[in-house]
Amino acid sequence: MDKTAARRNGDSIFRTLTLLFALSILIILLVMTGEMLMESLPSLRKFGWGFITGSDWDAVQGSFAALPYLYGSVVSSILAILLATPLSVGTGLFTTELAPHKVGVVTASLVELLAAIPSVIYGLWGILVMTPWLQTTIEPFLIKHLGFLPFFQGAPYGVSMLAAVFILMIMIIPIITSITKEVLLAVPQSQKEAAVALGATRWEMIRMAVIPYGRSGILGAVILGLGRAIGETMAVTMVIGNTPQISLSLLSPAYTMPSVIANEFAEATSKLHSSALMEIGLILLVVTLVINFMARLLLWSVTRRWKGGAA
Amino acid sequence: MTLRSLIMRRTVNLSATLLMGLATLMVLLPLGLIFYHIVKMGFSSINPSFFTSIPQPPGEAGGGMANGMAGSAIMVGMASLVGVPVGIFGAIYLTEYGGGRLATAIRFSADVLSGIPSIITGMVAYTLLVVPMKGFSALAGSFALALIMIPIVLRTTEEQLKMVPSSLREASLALGVPLWRTTLKVTLRSALTGVITGILLATARVAGETAPLLFTALGNQFWSNKLTEPMAALPLQIFNFAIAPYEDWHRLAWGGALVLVVLMFTLSLAARWLGRSRHSG
Repeated sequence: MDKTAARRNGDSIFRTLTLLFALSILIILLVMTGEMLMESLPSLRKFGWGFITGSDWDAVQGSFAALPYLYGSVVSSILAILLATPLSVGTGLFTTELAPHKVGVVTASLVELLAAIPSVIYGLWGILVMTPWLQTTIEPFLIKHLGFLPFFQGAPYGVSMLAAVFILMIMIIPIITSITKEVLLAVPQSQKEAAVALGATRWEMIRMAVIPYGRSGILGAVILGLGRAIGETMAVTMVIGNTPQISLSLLSPAYTMPSVIANEFAEATSKLHSSALMEIGLILLVVTLVINFMARLLLWSVTRRWKGGAA
Repeated sequence: MTLRSLIMRRTVNLSATLLMGLATLMVLLPLGLIFYHIVKMGFSSINPSFFTSIPQPPGEAGGGMANGMAGSAIMVGMASLVGVPVGIFGAIYLTEYGGGRLATAIRFSADVLSGIPSIITGMVAYTLLVVPMKGFSALAGSFALALIMIPIVLRTTEEQLKMVPSSLREASLALGVPLWRTTLKVTLRSALTGVITGILLATARVAGETAPLLFTALGNQFWSNKLTEPMAALPLQIFNFAIAPYEDWHRLAWGGALVLVVLMFTLSLAARWLGRSRHSG
């Protein structure tokens, strides 16, 4: 009798212990959000909505408004997603459906290696190799041939919105590609076989059997990539030029939300300054929470439906 | 179906195939370029003293990143001391005890948490540790890295535990072994290689993190072994040297990048090798 009681005790202690560790996830999430909110309060109270509609960021005068950073984050991430999506989905389809098996496997693992490179190394390559090349080759070309468009006007600095878009594109392609690959592999074989049996070419099989099944999963992958792009800090900070301005031209330097935090937070001059940076962090947190929530919901529903398990 | 339409369909098929192959090439091209530059620039700046000495002031050739590598090792090690057990035990709850809404909520939150920008983790570590302790410290840096590690270790461990057949657990329970011992001695042990794989990948991920260290560990030009003081870290040094206008420092940054990339690939190859030997054996 005693022994069973001790055993039951051991089990319930262990259960409680593991539960506490598992709960740490929820606690971290709550503490993070709460802490960011608390620290943002002075800035939230002082500037209100003006914080996201104004453009004046002046630590000396103590007035802070974040529109240029919001603009830089949104524009760089969306352009990067627009460029990365077709390339990633193409690569995903190529490696899973079109390429010979071995080529597909090798390509996929190369792309996964790309995902393992730390962002500071992308930044290093970006600032020392890519931006000089943009400055001497690509940007003069764009100015010469497309300079009549408002997007390609001004002097070629190298460090620019364009550089940020390119580096973000390179960084999010592996993420979107590898999740797209997972989603495509989860498409039931019978669907594809049915299409081929009806005489479809490979492309028709992809269009009729693979894409309809994979659509919401691929959308989830793209949204996840968007979240990664908006939160990306180091690489963007190193190539975007860190100038808080709103300019239509992709050739001019810009600034993003994570970049201004990275550059100013450690040396914030006043309580209000660090609170304003906290509020930028809070906006970033809320945006990435919403984005990740949507993406995971999409991906979970897709993989659950097919495999009966979590993504 | 007419012959003409068949030709059309084949042409569309061929051009779609070519387009997707082209997309793949365009994806692989920057990868090749980045590797090429890291290897080329990195090897020319690495010599034995790179691993034994600290950075020189700009203008003086030579110097190394030994303090950064040591600092990274210390902070990643301390982060693992917290992140690994919390992640593993949390995963045990999810697979062995959890099944209800709470477990789903935790699972989902872990996925969402791993998508939060790491710079925010750094800000939170700043308010929780740097402000009360009145100074930047290696401890705060390790704390930030641990926060990033927990959800990754938890999710990968959970995947591995789920793959352990329940007949193994049942056999152990039928022999009268209590559930908690069964979990530790049977379930966890049979998933061990997979769990280690996940830990290696999580370690690789945080070893390259820069943003969460910016206002926690801060970085240090010199040697430091005190946990309550600012400490150098390899990714921080790469960042600071890359944006500085000195050739010598750029060279150091490339060397550091090569070291970091070699470490990443060794860890992920080891992880892959472990994963494979597990599946075939």
